[in-house]
This record gives sequence, C-alpha cells and structure tokens, in this order.
Amino acid sequence: MTDPGSSVSDVIIVGAGVVGTAIARTLAGYRLDCVLVDAALDVGTGTSKANTAILHTGFDAKPGTLESRLLARGSALLRSYADATGIPVEYTGALLVAWTPEQFAALPGLAENARRNGYLAVRPVGAGELYAREPALGPGAVGALEIPDEAIICPWTTPLAFATEAVGAGVRLVLGAGVTGVSEVDGVYELASARGVLRGRWVVNAAGLGSDVIDRMFGGDGFTIRPRRGELIVFDKLARSLLRSILLPVPTARSKGVLLAPTVYGNVLLGPTAEDVPDPSDTATTAAGLESLMAAGRRILPGLGEEEVTATYAGLRAATEHSDYQIRVDAPRRYACVAGIRSTGLSASLGIAEHVVGLLGEAGLPLRPVASALPLPRMPYIGEAGRRPYQDASLVAGDGAYGQIVCHCERVSLGEVRDALASPVPPADLGGLRRRTRAMNGRCQGFFCAATVSRLFSEVGLP
Amino acid sequence: MSVDVLVVGAGPAGLSAAAELRRLGVGSVLVADREAEAGGIPRHSWHTGYGLRDLHRLLSGPAYARALASAAVAVGAEVRLGTTVTCCAPGAAGGFGVTMTSARGIETVGAAVVLLATGCRERPRTARLVPGDRPAGVMTTGELQQRVYLGNERLPGRALVVGAEHVSFSAAVTLAHAGARVVALVTEYERQQSYAAFRVGAALRWRVPVWTSTAVSRVAGREQLEGVEVADLRGGATRFVPCDTLVFTADWIPDHELARHAGLDVDPGTRGPTVDTRLRTSAAGVFAAGNLVHAAETADIAALSGRHAARQIAAALGAAGPVAAALGAAGPVAAALGAAGPIAAPDGAGPTVASVPVRVEPPLRWISPNAIAVAIGGRAVPPPLGRFVLRSQEFGRVARLVVRQDGRVLGRSGPVRLIPGRPVHLGAGWLARVDPAGGAVYVAP
Repeated sequence: MTDPGSSVSDVIIVGAGVVGTAIARTLAGYRLDCVLVDAALDVGTGTSKANTAILHTGFDAKPGTLESRLLARGSALLRSYADATGIPVEYTGALLVAWTPEQFAALPGLAENARRNGYLAVRPVGAGELYAREPALGPGAVGALEIPDEAIICPWTTPLAFATEAVGAGVRLVLGAGVTGVSEVDGVYELASARGVLRGRWVVNAAGLGSDVIDRMFGGDGFTIRPRRGELIVFDKLARSLLRSILLPVPTARSKGVLLAPTVYGNVLLGPTAEDVPDPSDTATTAAGLESLMAAGRRILPGLGEEEVTATYAGLRAATEHSDYQIRVDAPRRYACVAGIRSTGLSASLGIAEHVVGLLGEAGLPLRPVASALPLPRMPYIGEAGRRPYQDASLVAGDGAYGQIVCHCERVSLGEVRDALASPVPPADLGGLRRRTRAMNGRCQGFFCAATVSRLFSEVGLP
Repeated sequence: MSVDVLVVGAGPAGLSAAAELRRLGVGSVLVADREAEAGGIPRHSWHTGYGLRDLHRLLSGPAYARALASAAVAVGAEVRLGTTVTCCAPGAAGGFGVTMTSARGIETVGAAVVLLATGCRERPRTARLVPGDRPAGVMTTGELQQRVYLGNERLPGRALVVGAEHVSFSAAVTLAHAGARVVALVTEYERQQSYAAFRVGAALRWRVPVWTSTAVSRVAGREQLEGVEVADLRGGATRFVPCDTLVFTADWIPDHELARHAGLDVDPGTRGPTVDTRLRTSAAGVFAAGNLVHAAETADIAALSGRHAARQIAAALGAAGPVAAALGAAGPVAAALGAAGPIAAPDGAGPTVASVPVRVEPPLRWISPNAIAVAIGGRAVPPPLGRFVLRSQEFGRVARLVVRQDGRVLGRSGPVRLIPGRPVHLGAGWLARVDPAGGAVYVAP
C-alpha cells in the first residue's frame, strides 16, 4: 500500500469488491492514474467473499434488463479470464429440479425465459435421466431443466486476480480507507478517508453494501441498499461424491431459493436463505436459518445427513428497491455509480466493468490504451479439480516447502502460505490468508493447524 | 521402497503398534505422521496422567509422546515426520501402494499391511451448527493446547468452555495456565460427565462452575469474540455472557478421511472404519487401531489398542509365509529382539474363518470393535484389553448390559453407569458362547 499523499489521480474507484477490482483492472488498460480504495483491509471482503460461488450463465435473469445483458457478457469474459489466470472453475452444469407438479409445470416457462436471455442450451430432463445422473437425489423429483453451462468458481481468487492485475499495472490500492466525506475543489474531488484525503478527477462508486451512502455524497438519492442476508452451509469434502451438478430449485418471486452445489474446493454448498436485514454488516448466522437449510438439504440429498458440516456463514446481497442494476454515469459530475448488483456481481463483473468503462469514455474520460499491456497474472491454484502443489512431484522436488503440509484437512503447504504472504496483494489477517490458500478452512477448523498457521502469519508480520 | 507394515499416524496407537511389531520380529515397519513431532495429541497435553496402563508410570503428555517415539525407534521402526499420507491403494503385486508427500518429495511406498492409526479430533463450532458471528477467539481444545503449550500464547480475559467431560476440565486448566479467567463450563446435559474428584479439584482450585442443561445459542463479536448467548434448556430463557475466548471441547469424531477414501466400511456409531476383534477393517490387509476406531479413549488405551493390532498383524504376516521366511534370514535382529522362531498367533487361534457383527441398542450409541473375529475351531478372538468399549447417548441409571445373539442371552455385565462421553466397558467372558454361524450379537442395557 502507498500513502495516498497529495497527488491527484485520474480515477478513484471506491470499493474493492469483485466489481470494483474488475473496473480497476479494466481501467488499468488505459493511460490513467487510478486509485482503488476500500474500507476493509483486504479486497473482496463484502458480498464478494460470501456468496454461492456460482458462475451463472444468466439463463434466469429478467430478459431485457441491463443485468441480463451484462451477466451474459460478463460470464463469457470471466470464463476465458479464469482460464488465463488460473482462477479455479469447474464446468459442472446445473439441474433445476422440480419436486411438485406445479414446479414441473413452471419448467417450460423457465426454458423460454432462458431463450429470451439469449441462452439456448437449456434442455428438459425426465425423472429417469435425472436420477441416473444424480443417484443420491432424494425421492419425489418429477423432472428437471438442464443448464449445461452453469459452473462453479472460486469467489476469493477472482477479485484477487483482478486486484493483482490492477496493482501490477500501476493502480494504487489503498485499504483500510473507508470514505467518510467528499468535497470538490477546482474540478478535483477530495475524498476524506481513514487513511487521509484522496484526490481524483473522476470517482467510480462500486461500494456494494455502502454504495447508497457514497451515492448520496455525490447528490444521488435514487436508491437505498436493502441488505438481503443469505446463510450458507458448507459440507465436508466426503459429501462431494453425493452430487455431480449444481442442483437448483424452481425460483419464486422473492428468491432463487435453496440450492446445492459442489464447490471448487471439493465441498458441497447448501443455501442461501433470503432475509432482509437492516444492518449492512450483519453477517451472523441464525439458528432458524441453519435449521431450515439442513431440513431442505436433507430432502434434496438425504445422504447429507450422514456427513459433517465444515463451515457455516452468511453473506449480504446488495439489493435495492429496484429489480435491475443501478448503473449510471453523471458526465458533468465526473461520477459513476455502479450499484444494486445483488447476487450476480461475481458472474457479471467483467461485463459490468466493460460497460462502465465504456460509459466513462462517452462521458469524457480520456481512454488511451497503454502502449503494451502486461501479461495477465497467474494466480495460485486453490481448486481441487486440478493439481495442487502437494501433488506436483516436480514442484515439491524443486522446493521442499511445497511438500511440507501445514493445513492437513485442505493440504495447504508451507510454500503456498509463504507465497501468499509475499504476493503483490498480501493478506492483512488470517481471514485473508484463508481466502488465498484455504488454510484452516477444512473440516477441523483449526484443531490441528490454527496455532501453527497463526504463528507463521505473525512471524512474517503484517504487511 | 517397500515395507512389511506401514503405520499411518505416530500417536500413541501407531507408535505402540510399530514398537510391538518390531519386538515381534516383523522386518520393516514405517510410521508416517504429518506433524513435525511424533506423539499425537499428548504432544500438546501438558497435564500428567499419561502412561498408566501401557508404560505403568505416570508422565506428562509431552514426556509420554517422547517415550513412545523413542521406544519405537529404539527397536528399529522408522518414523517419518512431516509426511502426509495422501492415498492408500491396492498395489499391482498384492499389498498396498501408499503415497506420501513431505519436504523430501512425493513417494509411493509398497506395504504388505497398512495400519491406520489416524486418531480423532473434536467437532468444531461450525459442525455443531452454533449460529451467530464468526469472530476470532473461538476454538477447540486441540487448537487451544497448541496455542498455549506449543506456541506460548497468552489468552487474557474471560473464557467459556463448552462441554463438561474430562477434556473440558483439561481445557479449563489450560485456559487458567494461559491467564484466562474461566467463567464456566456449559453442558447441554443435565449433569457434568467428568469424575467427581476432578470436578471438585477444578471447582476448588479455579472456582469454575458447571452450568448444566445449558446451550450456547449464539456467538457474538464482529472481529474479536465479545460474548455468547446461552440458553437454559429447562426454561428456554437466554442470557448474554461476555467472554473473550470460547472453547468447544470433546464431541470427538475420528479422522477417517483416509479410511473413507480407501473405501473401507464405516461404522455408523463410531464413524470410524468397522473393525473386528483383530482390528481388521473391511479390506484385507488393512487394520485400524486407537481413537480412529473409538473416539476418544485415553492415550494409554489407544496405545494398547495399537499393541493389540500389532500382535494380530504379526500373526497374519507369520501365517502368510514370505515375511516369516525373510525374518528367519534376518537372524540376528530377530534374535536380538527376542523373537524366537516363527511368529505364532498371539491367541493361538490361527486364521479368521468367520466374523460376527456386534451392535448396540439405544441409549447406547456405539461399541468397538464392531465384530467378533472367529478363528479355526470356532474360537472367538478377544478384543483389545479383553473388553469392548461402548458409549451412551444419554444418562442412564446403573444397569447391567445384556449380550444377546438370536434371542439367546450370552452374558451380562456388572453394574455400569451410563454417562454420555464416558467409556463403558463390557468384558468379553461371553465370547466362548457366540455361535460363529449365528446372527449379529446385540448389546443393550
């Protein structure tokens, strides 16, 4: 991190979640001096870190909306970006399962909705084929829709990759700098923050759960963030063999409902609940939420009842009173608002970034491409489908630290912890180390490794 | 590289098994453990009380861990530390190929027999579905002990311990040692489950109350733990208890990942691999011992379980021939170890010809071993220490356990008191009456 100092940057991006980091790495392709700020001590700590980790196709979006368009575009962009940078992705496909005649009757409409979104690959699946593909499915399913291109992705590596690319290209990352006020002096915005005053000509508000507060500082009053909390349960890796695809429910007007999905770390994810909460930082789980999820999970996959729970958490979706994204660029004010991204920010991030940067250019931000773009960063691989360092004989032979496992449940090596601590966007706390390496995220939740990993972290010291 | 026996886990069971295998003349024994030091849980359990039934002396956990490791190495077992076994698969030429990763590299070692001694862990807060925030300061006893005894961490402030078993009181002692003030031990049961003397000792010395019929219903604190909400299970009332550290104790689960990946049958009660009284698993050539098959007994019981497995493995290898022949050639080593001639089956019973499952009825939760091995001549092989170990899921009156097979009473235990989390032992005097061709044996109060 650099001292914000008194220099004037071209663009200040407020919010280093998956959307803010995506915008930062996209702007970094132009000859602009950019600053990316966040109130937290790490990138991707809000909605970006606690979600269902699905790379959506957008088949179920509302046709004709900005969300539908940017989701389709962003999803396609992220697939190739993930491939190029090593963000873990698995193309599992999804089955949207109907459990009642009414739900079954709704499937053709959902298929038609997908087609109107430009997604043509949905296909009805009969009960026989459904059970052949998902033999552990509970009794009573009457049929399904297959969405073959729904995928699972690592939600932690994604904003980290964007931030790593941005920082490598010269974007200044200022963390622990919650923006508390704004003033304008001679065409330059001055953002008061916990880390001093940040000066810039243009401001992009990608503050997620705090975006309405920032928007009001710029004179906006068009929306209010209504945090919707989703609780989720992560099951032990030993449950992973119970399912092959993402298992989606038939959605209701209020929510997409409770789904079951494999994770790229080899676990099974169950959730989310959907509950409006007043506090945009209240990520507590509740007894009622966890109980309802467990009951739903056991109905969908009875075998889950025999497996252990590894983790529980809750994330907040940045919903607003509007059903679509709240994206606008105010040219006279040199201000972009990128808000109301709800639960599709991960999948749509690169599409949103492309769209917003285009709008900024139209509004007068000079977009001159950099002479020679840097190669994309290659991120440490923390997925389970590919080869992990502990399995890589030549890597271990070259450096024994990759064979020295410090987190046993997740098989995280000393080499990976060391690399994370020395990375361009290093962790500020143990949570950050977990998101970069998976250390302490496993079934023992630190019984065996937390003391050792904490010691490794504190020996290196805070960045 | 190839060995006669590969032991996974250098805790009390694995180390004791390795030493016993060598004493019995088994040629090559390799113990792999993922930690940097041998000894398993006792490494970081500094109170005394270790070694009573296996070494016949009282040691602290770390001293006990060192004693077991030295004993295994002294008789020629190789102990590889910092070595994680990632896969155990049947080998092309019989036996197993065991893949392990360490700083030395990735290697697959051939083994005629594999003994799983991977131990157990406590269920963490998440697995118990305790809702609320996710702050720092919430841990298991295993993490607490490593932080305090291996990392010399201080934990000032107030602490709450979830559980009221032996290990819970041990956690309270550790917390006090680290400078914490233990507010209470909380248990959902209507009574605590430790021995009275220990409870009195804890209460007198640290003035720690035990809140019974009480559950932690919510964890509060955004970054650091601020406190917990506890619920009175009798009346339903909740109240807030400020604390800085929250330790989840007991509620043991076997570390059974390798067993599950190897496709071994798993007992629904113990959740470890099923084993018979010879500690054979469902896969020929794979044995399991210690707290992997009975989570959790004291370390000395785990050690004796390891020794029992070693005797059965040695017998199996002796009967198999090639290893016994190789041992004969080794001569001096075998002689020095006191192994006179071919290895005889420890119980003189010979190969297993039948297996009779042993099951429990509620309120009993599990029994270990899970089956009776029957040798040639219909002789049932006794379990480790000549007794079965059981757990109850609820408190019960003092009662006798009844052992039945196909409606026939095989035997009765002496009076036992059923306390959740506390071992109940069942002698094996009735084994001679088991019908090898009969149905499962059932144990019930």
